[in-house]
Amino acid sequence: MFDGRVLLKQVILLFWPLISTWVQGAEKIDSCQLQVLEMLSSLGSAGGKSAKPSFVSYVTPEEIKSEKEPSRKEKHPDLLPGEVVFCSASTVLKYTQDDLSQRGVFGVLLCTNFRVSFVSDEEPTEEMVRTLFKNKLYGENDIPLSCVDNIYGDKRKLITGGLVKNKYPSKMIIHCKDLRVFQFSLSFSKEEDAKKIFQGIVHHCLEPKSLRCLFAFSYCENTSPNRKCVGGLFTKLLRKKQTVMFDSVEDWTQDMKRTKGNCRVVSENSNFELSPKLPQYFIVPKNVSDEDLTKYQGKGLPMWCWSHHSGCALFKTASIPLVQEDNVCCRMLTAVAHNHLYSVKTEDLSDTLPTVQDILLSYNKFKQFFLIDNTTEFWMSDMKWFSSLDNCGWLDIIRQCLQKAVEVVESLEKENTNVLIMEEGGSDLCCVVSSLVQLMLDPYYRTLLGFQSLVQKEWVAGGHAFLDRSNHLHLKDKVESQSPVFLLFLECVWQLQQQHGPAFQFSETYLTVLSDSVHVPVFTTFLFNNDGHRDSLLRAESPHTQRSPLNCPTVWDWSVQFDCKAQDLFTNPLYTEKPKQDTSVRKSYRPRHLRQLSLPSSAFKTPPKKGFFKDEADNLKKILGVKRLSRWMLSPSSDSPQTSSSVREFYEAWQTKPLDYHGLLLPCLDGPSIRVWMQRYLRWIHDVQILGGGPVAMLSKVSEILGEVQELQRQLDRHGCTLTSNHKGARPRAKTAAAVIAARSSVRLSSSFPFVTSRNWAFKPAIPTSLLQSLMVTGMPGNLADREDDGGPESLV
Amino acid sequence: MASASIPVYNSSNNPLENSSSHNASRESLKMEPLADCSLLPGEERIIDKDIIYICPFSGALKGKVFITNYRLYFKSADADPAVTLDVPLGAIGRVEKMGGASSRGENSYGLDITCKDMRNLRFALKQEGHSRRDIFDILFKYAFPLSHGLLLFAYLSQEKFEENGWSVYKPMEEFRRQGLPNDKWRVTFINANYELCDTYPTILVVPFKATEEDLRKVCTFRSRGRIPVLSWIHRENQAVICRCSQPLVGMSGKRNKDDERYLDLIREANGTAKLTIYDARPSVNAVANKALASCLLHCMLVSEVRTEEATGGGYEGDDAYQNAELVFLDIHNIHVMRESLKKLKDIVYPNVEESHWLSSLESTHWLEHIKLVISGAIQVADKISGGNSVVVHCSDGWDRTAQLTSLAMLMLDSHYRTLRGFQVLLEKEWIGFGHKFANRIGHGDKNHADQDRSPIFVQFIDCVWQMTKQFPTAFEFNERLLVTILDHLFSCRFGTFLFNCERARDTNELRSKTVSLWSLVNSDLSFYQNPFYTPESNRVLYPVASMRHLELWVTYYIRWNPRIRQQQQSPVEQRYIELLALRDEYLKKLEELQLSDSSPNSSHLSNSSTPNAASPTQHITHLHTPF
Repeated sequence: MFDGRVLLKQVILLFWPLISTWVQGAEKIDSCQLQVLEMLSSLGSAGGKSAKPSFVSYVTPEEIKSEKEPSRKEKHPDLLPGEVVFCSASTVLKYTQDDLSQRGVFGVLLCTNFRVSFVSDEEPTEEMVRTLFKNKLYGENDIPLSCVDNIYGDKRKLITGGLVKNKYPSKMIIHCKDLRVFQFSLSFSKEEDAKKIFQGIVHHCLEPKSLRCLFAFSYCENTSPNRKCVGGLFTKLLRKKQTVMFDSVEDWTQDMKRTKGNCRVVSENSNFELSPKLPQYFIVPKNVSDEDLTKYQGKGLPMWCWSHHSGCALFKTASIPLVQEDNVCCRMLTAVAHNHLYSVKTEDLSDTLPTVQDILLSYNKFKQFFLIDNTTEFWMSDMKWFSSLDNCGWLDIIRQCLQKAVEVVESLEKENTNVLIMEEGGSDLCCVVSSLVQLMLDPYYRTLLGFQSLVQKEWVAGGHAFLDRSNHLHLKDKVESQSPVFLLFLECVWQLQQQHGPAFQFSETYLTVLSDSVHVPVFTTFLFNNDGHRDSLLRAESPHTQRSPLNCPTVWDWSVQFDCKAQDLFTNPLYTEKPKQDTSVRKSYRPRHLRQLSLPSSAFKTPPKKGFFKDEADNLKKILGVKRLSRWMLSPSSDSPQTSSSVREFYEAWQTKPLDYHGLLLPCLDGPSIRVWMQRYLRWIHDVQILGGGPVAMLSKVSEILGEVQELQRQLDRHGCTLTSNHKGARPRAKTAAAVIAARSSVRLSSSFPFVTSRNWAFKPAIPTSLLQSLMVTGMPGNLADREDDGGPESLV
Repeated sequence: MASASIPVYNSSNNPLENSSSHNASRESLKMEPLADCSLLPGEERIIDKDIIYICPFSGALKGKVFITNYRLYFKSADADPAVTLDVPLGAIGRVEKMGGASSRGENSYGLDITCKDMRNLRFALKQEGHSRRDIFDILFKYAFPLSHGLLLFAYLSQEKFEENGWSVYKPMEEFRRQGLPNDKWRVTFINANYELCDTYPTILVVPFKATEEDLRKVCTFRSRGRIPVLSWIHRENQAVICRCSQPLVGMSGKRNKDDERYLDLIREANGTAKLTIYDARPSVNAVANKALASCLLHCMLVSEVRTEEATGGGYEGDDAYQNAELVFLDIHNIHVMRESLKKLKDIVYPNVEESHWLSSLESTHWLEHIKLVISGAIQVADKISGGNSVVVHCSDGWDRTAQLTSLAMLMLDSHYRTLRGFQVLLEKEWIGFGHKFANRIGHGDKNHADQDRSPIFVQFIDCVWQMTKQFPTAFEFNERLLVTILDHLFSCRFGTFLFNCERARDTNELRSKTVSLWSLVNSDLSFYQNPFYTPESNRVLYPVASMRHLELWVTYYIRWNPRIRQQQQSPVEQRYIELLALRDEYLKKLEELQLSDSSPNSSHLSNSSTPNAASPTQHITHLHTPF
């Protein structure tokens, strides 16, 4: 305790010059200054009557306690249904993260079965209450337990589970998976409390636990499933049609019909009789027999993903062990080839794309650039930013995935061959590539509901092992399987969206929020490894054992996290719906030149070399076997010049045609085009926020005018005026993001919008420190750097 | 691959379609046809020739080249769509012969042309009969007219525009806008005949208390007589940005009482406690070396500033300038910048470096230099906002100084962020104060290896572009203006960027004999307008000078690459313009309905919540936005 007192004094002394200037200048006082002022005045009144408080001798821990004690009883966050507080400690100092001066706010630190939460002693200001983009489950000072990434103690020592009892650091740094950084000082709290809270947090965040300990189960038991959100464009959108969950035969049949596919829906696994690892329902090529279904045991079954309008289709599969290869491989390929034109290309993703471990390693390096707990270090690293970025390889992995998807698109679109992608397990990179292919080819998946359905189809029903990949349970034997594969997919989607904004109905903010939601252990979407896993657990956990399984929300029920206004920010104001085909006008538009469909004639032309004619079918088996051995299959490594130039040609040919946002979209993969997802990664870093700027400045103007146009349209409608002109995307909508933003007109937006509100802004610009050390101008011929700009001594007066 | 006139913004739909005729017709009123390229008034054909253009993107292309006294124009004969090149001769930096009469291999005999605008051109000719001799000679002569006793094209051009761009900037008007002269600052005509300083403009603003005699004395202590004069004054706190060249303290650390007193007058004018002097140069060892100032040996190790001392220059020491603090901004010199841009060209032309793009980009240091310039300007702007006057200099005060003062002014004064205000800023800080455009660009000069060449102005425009990227609603002008400025920085079609200083412009009767670039721009303002512009006076813009936010200006540096080329128009901009048009249309309809519908049913419209319903036809600028 003694330590704490001394430190507190130091903190206050440290502040004094600042405080006095603030008081004099009567400038805007931010939360932490208020805090200190409050404390000073309380100390002053406790210690004597002097108007100017002196801090040398008056502070005692008792006084602090007596001041803080009464308010403390009230201080806990609004607990969610089923949430229980495990432990708490008061007088914890939360540092303002971007500051070296050790400024901070005092408050209570709690650990519940859902989150680590810091509740400031300070009364929340009005602005804080009115935060626009508020997550209903957790606030800006809450960290869901699964969102904790790493905890560091004194001297930035990484804390792992299984600590020595009775020890706790005076300073605790928490890095979150959504890239927030929290720094707490425990040295002002009671030793007992500090010890308890520290060990509580470490225990609940880092140590192995069972799945049923996840908050979702106690939350769902205590909530009624039907939460309704009234009004709001976003919810209306959702309510009109629902996200297709792909948990019924109808959903699959529908999707196949939509793409005019001609395959077989399998319902034999509805009770997981074939294999618990296979999806409940799925689609295979017509030629796969009942016998095949049971024989494969899930391995090697070509699962239908999507059908191209030409008839060829994309399939994915878990690769089969080599022993069985001959027999199974051939049957499988034959079945796929029979789907269309007897042609098939296979692509073993494990050969050409990074492994899940590579992905994890790269991402771990990458994320460190954004977990900033020290401004000086941040600026020091700034000069080496590009090469660090390059060296971690994350952007390159994104590029490789996109490139692979483009290759597959080329096969489907240009060559009209069936494509079978495979990898061990068939549910990681297969999911990434197949979803990307569908996003590029099928505009439906670029709508909000379409995208959510795509995630359901390829990832949730597709059996991506969300639980193992996120390792929410911190199981020691699952450490290896941890990998941000789904995030990698979202990154790729972001790149596409960045390059072709108007093609997507959802916004960047939507993607960022979705990437955060993976770490909120409430949604069934991300809690399980596959359909079977989900089904068995939800049944087992249900309170009414015999009856329906436990009803947990999916992440798509956005009203669980955000109110309607906040959800409006999920839509992209640039998106325009596909104009209704007015044949008379449209015909003359020369659709052939659109960057859309492949040449319709190509289906009737000689199939490309890698396809097979019908009369070759007899030889198919033989050829397949041979080709497999000689790596006939298109499995080019990304550095093989042949493919990359072929992909390049394909891209260039596409690029020369006019762009149609409702047609085929290809990403540009050149160096400057693959970028860092600024909103997700830089949103919490104070020094790089552009006050009053960033892309949001433009987008909000678009939203604003869109709102006006819609309002006018409504007025015109009231006049019974039929709008003849074909104005896409300007349908009357209840409310747009524009209204939301406009409502906050007093607040300036920053590049971190909507994640950080304005009150955290300093009014001083960030001036990079330590510029010179890092700027090395080397290899200059004749030491140019030391020369003068102009002339020599003779020219000087 | 494309015409020199900003293909990025070619408004036609086909990205590969030639845009020259379109843009040319936009730019000029009278033209005669030549092939499908229209000549400018005053432009004359010199030679036509069958030639092969070795396009780095689509391979060797047969076609015809036309050379006029203004441009090189190539059109392919059989490629579909036709590939055209439209290069102003001014953009050509170097012409070389490639291969010899005996060279083997296809297309090995021809011309190699290096351009100043980030591209190279290669042409191949038939090896027989010295077929390249005439074209080489003509190119060499007309691309470098000054080296051949010819006039720059700007003096031959007969172009006429509705607006006269030379009237955009009137120094007295601009000072009056800033509230000058006042009781602390006066206007002096001491340099009316360029006697005080031959590279300064004629009208200067100096501290009220400084006499003409004082100015003459200070003049002797500042490199090339470029004394500290006012560039900009803050309306409320009266803090000023002054610019000058380095003091001539030399090796022995000379002092000059007049200079010291003069700087103190600047400080005094608004009661600044400590005048901040920003020396743009790198400070390596500057502090340590002060003690060793007389020790010649150390010149080997040390910085540019030290080298300058050896040649008589230097910086303001604290003992001499008691009420001033000196801050080094660590911006490198023109040679470093030149090499940096050269490296950048190597990695983006013709092909964008594929492996380790980001590391390659970093190794050019181009964005690092941009970062240092911007962060220097932020420091200046921040000081001024805080009410402190500053003096900015580098060596001679015409390169880094111009970058810093003009960027700081762009941050501080929203007027300079308008279309015309930006022109004033360039005329004032760059052209008026003698940035040596002629030497830095080398207009019409064959001497491509001249050490005076440096892309300082390009770097500045890049900084401005970075700011427009970070604040997309704060600038009235768009990227197109910036690209146009850079195109005509080289083209020699306009007089705007010719010569080193006002005195040379006067001697060469520039303003009466040539057309200003602003004539072109201001005759078609809407083409250069940013639809998102939201005027906000008094707002200081602080860009973020972090590599995280700086990006390579792809649409300028890599614009010749068809694959990298971005969309014609930003989709955000396109959508916004569509919506604006839609709104106007609806407002019009609504008004018509209101007029025709005299029944009381329509009365609710008059209570319409739409703020603009009252003024439906006018083009509404947004003043009610949340920013």
